[in-house]
Parts: sequence; C-alpha cells; structure tokens
Amino acid sequence: MADVFMPRNEEELAGFLTDAHAGRNPLEICGFRSKREAGRPLNASAVISAAKLSGITLYEPKELVISAKAGTPLYEVEAALAGQNQELAFEPADLCRIYGGDALSASVGAVAAMNISGPRRILRGAARDNMLGLRAVNGEGSPIKSGGRVMKNVTGVDLVRGLSGSWGTLSVFTEVTFKVMPKAPESRTVIFLALSDEAAVGVMSAAMGTPYEVSGTIHLHGELAGRLSDQEIAPARTALTALRLEGAPRSLGSRVERLRRELAPFGGTYELDPQRSKDFWADIRSLSFLSANFDRPLWRIATAPSKAPLIVRALSVFFEVNAAYEWSGGLLWLELPPSSDASATEVRRVLAEFDADSMLMRAPRAVRAGVEVFHPLPFTKMKIVQALKNAFDPAGILNPGRMYEGV
Amino acid sequence: MSQIQMLRADPMVLARRQAIVSALSRAVSQGAVITGDTGLRAFETDALTAYRAVPLAAVLPQTTAEVSRVLKFCNENSIKVVARGAGTSLSGGALPLEDCIVLGLSRMNRVLDVNFADRTATVEAGITNLGISNAVAQARFFYAPDPSSQLACTIGGNIAMNSGGAHCLKYGVTANNVLKLKMVLMDGEIVELGGDYLDGQGYDLLGFAVGSEGQFGVVTEATVRILRQAEAARPLLIGFPSAEAAGGCVAAIVADGLIPVAIEFMDKLAIQVCGDFAKAGYPRDAEAMLIVEVEGSERDIEEQIARVTEIAGRFDPTTIQISQSEEQSAAIWKGRKAAFGAVGRISDFYCMDGVIPLGKQAGVLKQVGKVGEKYGLKILNIFHAGDGNLHPLILYNANDGREKVAAEECGAELLKLCVDAGGCLTGEHGVGIEKRELMRYQYTEADLIQQMRVKAAFDPQWLLNPGKVFPLDLQDRFMAGAQ
Ligand SMILES: Cc1cc2nc3c(=O)[nH]c(=O)nc-3n(C[C@H](O)[C@H](O)[C@H](O)COP(=O)(O)OP(=O)(O)OC[C@H]3O[C@@H](n4cnc5c(N)ncnc54)[C@H](O)[C@@H]3O)c2cc1C
Repeated sequence: MADVFMPRNEEELAGFLTDAHAGRNPLEICGFRSKREAGRPLNASAVISAAKLSGITLYEPKELVISAKAGTPLYEVEAALAGQNQELAFEPADLCRIYGGDALSASVGAVAAMNISGPRRILRGAARDNMLGLRAVNGEGSPIKSGGRVMKNVTGVDLVRGLSGSWGTLSVFTEVTFKVMPKAPESRTVIFLALSDEAAVGVMSAAMGTPYEVSGTIHLHGELAGRLSDQEIAPARTALTALRLEGAPRSLGSRVERLRRELAPFGGTYELDPQRSKDFWADIRSLSFLSANFDRPLWRIATAPSKAPLIVRALSVFFEVNAAYEWSGGLLWLELPPSSDASATEVRRVLAEFDADSMLMRAPRAVRAGVEVFHPLPFTKMKIVQALKNAFDPAGILNPGRMYEGV
Repeated sequence: MSQIQMLRADPMVLARRQAIVSALSRAVSQGAVITGDTGLRAFETDALTAYRAVPLAAVLPQTTAEVSRVLKFCNENSIKVVARGAGTSLSGGALPLEDCIVLGLSRMNRVLDVNFADRTATVEAGITNLGISNAVAQARFFYAPDPSSQLACTIGGNIAMNSGGAHCLKYGVTANNVLKLKMVLMDGEIVELGGDYLDGQGYDLLGFAVGSEGQFGVVTEATVRILRQAEAARPLLIGFPSAEAAGGCVAAIVADGLIPVAIEFMDKLAIQVCGDFAKAGYPRDAEAMLIVEVEGSERDIEEQIARVTEIAGRFDPTTIQISQSEEQSAAIWKGRKAAFGAVGRISDFYCMDGVIPLGKQAGVLKQVGKVGEKYGLKILNIFHAGDGNLHPLILYNANDGREKVAAEECGAELLKLCVDAGGCLTGEHGVGIEKRELMRYQYTEADLIQQMRVKAAFDPQWLLNPGKVFPLDLQDRFMAGAQ
C-alpha cells in the first residue's frame, strides 16, 4: 500500500510536489479516493489526497459565488447553498453508482477535475461553465491561480476551463470557485412511454427546440427504467422518456401545458407532480438507472443527439445494449455485456463513423489496463496533449498514465 | 495614447518582403494577397486606433487549405502572423506588426450547416456574429452571445476574445456557446477541437483555445450552439436619483434570484448622449438608469416585471417605463447598442472593461468618478451591470498628447481599482497590447509563466500574434529560456 500524504495547506502541497518533481516520483492524486477505479490503472509510489484541504473559504449568496478548498465534500457545499435556497445549477451527477463509495465521498475538486455535470447541463451549462476560478499546484510544485470570483473574466489564458476535466494529470487543485444560482422553485415532469429510441430523441430534441426552457431530458431503455425508485414507474420496465420543466408554480403550469400540446403528435403523455418530479430527477442525478454490478462495462458517449440512436443501433448488431440517453441524446450511457476488452473494439469501430467521444467509465481493472479508456486521439491532438502535460508537469509525476499512456 | 511599447521589427524579415509576397501569392488564389500601401492601410489598426503599424502584407484566404499553406510557409520562414476578423478589437488584439503578415478571415464567411434538431450551426470563421443569428432566425432560433459590435465582428474574433454582450447574463459568453473549432496550427496542421457534442472527456483543448487572443492557432470554422428564441422579451427602463441607488438595485435583483436576460447600466452622461442619439425616451432627469430585459411567455414577463418593479421601488426610482411595443423596445436597445457610436460623436474615448464583484458596484463607481477628477477627465459609465462588467468610457482629445497619456494612465488606474475590489482587468475585450503590462497586477509571475507555457504548447515558436497578452519582458525572458 502506497503512502498517503494529506497536505493541510497549499504550501505543504507545493513543498511535497517540488520534492516529487525533483525525485521524479509518480503520484496518485485524489480527493477521497472514491473514483480510483476510474481511468487507466496507474502505478504510483505515493498518494496525495486533498481530503484535508477542506472548508468553504468564501460564500457570498448575494453575489452568487462560492469558493471551497478542493477537498471539501460536495455535500457540505450543497448544504451551505441549500441554507440560502441556492444550488449548483449544473447538478453534478453522483457517481457512486458507478464507482461505489457513498454520497459523502465526492469532493469539489473531483467535480472540477472530472467536469461532472448532471441533467440540467443542457440549460445551465456544464461544471466548467459554472467554474469561475481555480487555485492549483502544478507538477513542479508551483502554485498557480486562474480566474477569480467574478462572473466574467477573459484576462489571459483560460486555465480554469482548460484544467477542468484533466483528471489530476496536470495539477493538483487546491480551491475551486463556482457560480451559484437560486434553487429552482418547483419542477414538473412530462413522461412518454414505450417510444423507440429514434422517436424519443425526436421528442427530446423537439422539446429543446421550444421556448419553454426544458431543464432535463432522459430516455431510458426498459431495463434501466426498471431500476428507478418510483414505484409506479419501475415495475413496468417499459422504455421511458422524461422531460423536466422548472420555475415558479404559476407560469410553470402554463408552460407544461403548452409543451404537452406541442408534443402531442409524439403520443400520449402523463405528468409527475412536483414531489414525484423532484424525486425522479434526484434519481437520475444519482444515476440509479445504471447497474451497480461492477463487472458490467459502462461506456459514456458524447455525440450529437440525432446520432445517438444510430450508434446504439449499430452496436446492437454485436450484442445486447442497455442505453440511457441524457441531454436529449447528447450523452449516452451504455451498459454492455462483460467481455475481455469491454467491447472497446466494437465501440471504437462503430464510433469511427460518427463525431463522438467515448470513455470506458467502468470495467474491471485488468480490462482497463488493456484498452484505451479515454477516446483515442489523432496524432496531432495527441501532440498537443503531450505538450500540455509537459507545460504543467514536465517530470510526469501527476497521475501518470491515468488518461493516456505517457501522459 | 502612445505609451505602449511595440515589438521591434526584424530587419531581416523586412528585407525579404518581395520574396515573401511572391511565395504567399503562390500559396493562395489570385487576388488574395494585398500588398499596396493603400490596400494595407485597412489593416494597420483595429478599434484601439491610437496604435498603428502597416504589415508586410495581408492575405485573405478562402479555404482552410489556403490558411494551412500560408501558416506552414510562415512557420518555416519564421514570419509572424496576426489573424484578423473584422478588426473591432478594443484592446489592440488585431494590431499588426511591421514584420508580420495579417491573415484576414473576412472572405471565409459562409454558413456550412444548420441542424435545428441538434441545435447547432457550423460556420466559417469570418461570418459576422449577427450573420449566424440571421441565418437561423426564420426558424426562430438565434446565436446567443451578442457583443454590441455584432453587425461587424466575426465569430473568429469572438472566439479569440471570448466575447460577451448584454444578453450573456442569462445565456453565457462565447466559451459557453461554442462546441467545436477547426483550427490551423502554426505549422499548418489542421485540428478539430471539441466536437458536435456538449462535453467529451479528456483535456478541454477547446476550453484552452477560446479566449486565446489569436495566439494558439487560426480558427477557420466553428460549430456553435443555436437556441430557440424566447416567446417574447420586454425591456424596462428604470431611472434613479443616484448611481448608488441603481447599483443597489442591480445587486438586489440578482440577490433575489431573478435572472433577467440583461441588466445594463448607464450614468447621467450616458443617458443624455445615448438617449439623444437613439431618441429612446431615456429619463434625462435621472442620475443613473438601468435597462432590465425579461423574457418568456406573457405571464412570465408580467410576473418578472412585477418583481423587478417591486425591487426597484425600494431604491427611490425617478421613473419606471415598461416598453409597450416592439418599436419602443428596439429604441431602448438602440441607445445601448449604439452607445460607442453615440459617444464617438461627441468626443474621442477610451473604453475600459474591468469586472468587479456585484456587491462592490456602488463603491467602485464612486471611486471611478474620483479617479476621473484626479486626471481632469470626464468618464461616462455604461455597462453590463448584472455581471459586474464595467465599461468606463474615458473622454479625451486625441489631438492633445498630454491628454492621451492621461487617459491611458487613468484607464490603468481604473483597472487596478477593479482588481483591488476582487475583480479582474478584462471581462470581454481581452488583454491585447493594451493591458499586457497590467497583467502582473492580477497575476503572479508563476501564473503568467504557466499561461505562457500553455501558449507555447500550441505555438512553440511564438509566431502567432506575438507581443500581446503577456508583459513584454516576460515574453523575452520566456523565449530566451525556451531556446
Ligand atoms: C463599437 C464596439 C462595440 C463592442 N462591443 C463589444 C461587446 O459588447 N462585447 C465584447 O465582448 N466585445 C465588444 N467589442 C470588441 C470586439 O468587437 C470583440 O472583441 C470582437 O470579438 C472582435 O471581433 P473581430 O472579428 O473584429 O476580431 P479582430 O478585432 O479582427 O481580432 C480580435 C482578436 O481575434 C484574433 N482573431 C480574429 N479572427 C481570428 C481567427 N479566425 N482565428 C484566430 N484568431 C482570430 C485576432 O488575432 C485578435 O487577437 C466591441 C467593439 C466595438 C468597436
């Protein structure tokens, strides 16, 4: 078991990284280690955990901004926000269903490092769109900051966006600042049953093309719908397509009505009342429609919504595919039968025909060691990725190989 | 204005001008290389007109392949390149160097694809910002970020500057609305950053590139998100007895959880100048004014207007005018969007672009006035108040050398004020040459070196738009160290 180092402040972290850089010691970077089974397996001589870099450092509810040290549990931030009737508008998804652990084990640093967003991404942007500032220490032990606490900022190179989604391979985050929003007062959900994937994407895209500000869309294959906790929905195990609207009760009702009227040609609908609607999307946010079986390979595919059903259909030629279409089809979760390469060969062969990004989110360690977990990059892009790695972490000590070989 | 140091031209490159021009002419179609002095005058400056330099040549390519050939040639011959859209940069971002070639994207202005189901449009980089919205308007869609220069400025320039606009309060800035770029690197390689989708996993190369001020690569195509227009929108004008009251009202609206599409602030001078220009019925007796726009269904609009009016009531408004017609709405916005033009008719001006935390607005505005008094210059304030993005316009006489210098110094002091208040030097206009030397005020040297390393990861020879964004001495040191 590698040593776990938990710096208590940025200086300690910087000192440690300076030494590791000099000694070229590869390090695993984590928050609470709940996502350590994500990405390519890595061999590190020590672990750096941000767990003790913890606490909210600034919260100005009236200015819609919150800063927290990277190891602050997400629930702590969300609880503070809820106290002022505010929230992170991008609804970071809870990944416990994929990686195990419990809801307490997500840190704000991980949300930033993995760019984790949830259902409302389609209306309010991704985690990275809601990140205003970042402090971090790079692979040479040099503290850096980018952005700040204000709503707009184009001063210099945007490292905030650039570093979001870098999975701890470019720097260790020490503090993240988010824009926050008032909590959506109430939600309603319109549900279609038993639509084909094509029809479902048609409905969801049509809904997004209305002016009613749809704030969540999902289409689930029957087996996935069967895992939801709503006991009126789950037992039927019927394919389900859901659309969410949010807002103040009075105007919300009329928007829901008009949306239903406009989408009537797609078939009959029914509506979830505010409480059921709230619970339903909490379920979606915690990905409870996915299998909790860790041997079951899980893929995350980002693509244009209209391409998503084509991808699922092309893969269904090879094996049974359980699919969830979030973001009106722009985000596909695919559960595939276990195999020695998690079906990476077929997935990548099919995706070569589309403009899409794929990540093997979950598979046994041995499988992840043998395939490209992140979407393979063309040569010119790989060159930029390597140059960036070199720009932040020239000795290659931060999560080496977690994303790509040699990065 | 004249204080900013320009990069010295390389005499060796200047001496090779003829050879360079002939080589470029072979790389692109006929008529695409501009060389004559008169022709080149069009490229000598941008909207920071105090600085000028005539480039070696300008090239106006029509395809990505041409851009690639030009860059490859320049890379092999160590010739600097400044990409250019419409030249509306207010920070000198598109300012040429005497030994550079300007690569103008204006002839690449087609819409390549519109996909309403997926809500995307793919366009060439030289299309104007408004051109995109116009191309999708019939289906009641639009491209959201709306810089006031949207009639002229290009999407390539918007991407380079990560431009914003009045309606970005609700819809986000350029970075939040771009999905994919086709970009040509300095060595001529063509890369696609991002994709036809929202968020892939992996380094956000697109995120690094948006806002990189033409220093990472030349964008030739972009896929952007298009959104369905709201059912309806309505602005209201609220006049206040003081700037503080207006600032307080902005903070109260935001704190209340209302997110109007736009909250724009104008001070007394701005009300007069812009109101007269647009004949918009602005309240001339008010010390400050807000334009608040709300949108949605009739019912949403009514509800929001009622709330805004109620909140404004707490700040002793002198007038509240709710737009009653499309014509009135258009006039209200005309005054705002034409603000620079209107001010330009009465004086030369220098436009600043700092951002401050929302709660600091009233205090900072007071200090802005004091700084103006100290330099003996009039300052007019007009800005995106909902995001705390200030635009003090410093009025000065461009023919008076002393006043020019004073305006520049005054501007720098105002930006420092924003940083001191917890904000930043620029919210949407970019650093360019203008704020290059102020970067140290906001960032440590380590921060800046990290940014420069990222720049060098895309353009190792530092040939794309050099001399901008980073303090000159730091660039020199960096280059010396890198070699
Ligand atoms: C009257 C007026 C009002 C304005 N209002 C606003 C406003 O409300 N909000 C706002 O954000 N800005 C505003 N601006 C500033 C300006 O319009 C924006 O910065 C705009 O994005 C510049 O676009 P452009 O096409 O003119 O680019 P240019 O000025 O030609 O270039 C700007 C920068 O982009 C780079 N560049 C241009 N095209 C490319 C490309 N294809 N690939 C790579 N790099 C490229 C250039 O090298 C340069 O660094 C305003 C300017 C004026 C004059």
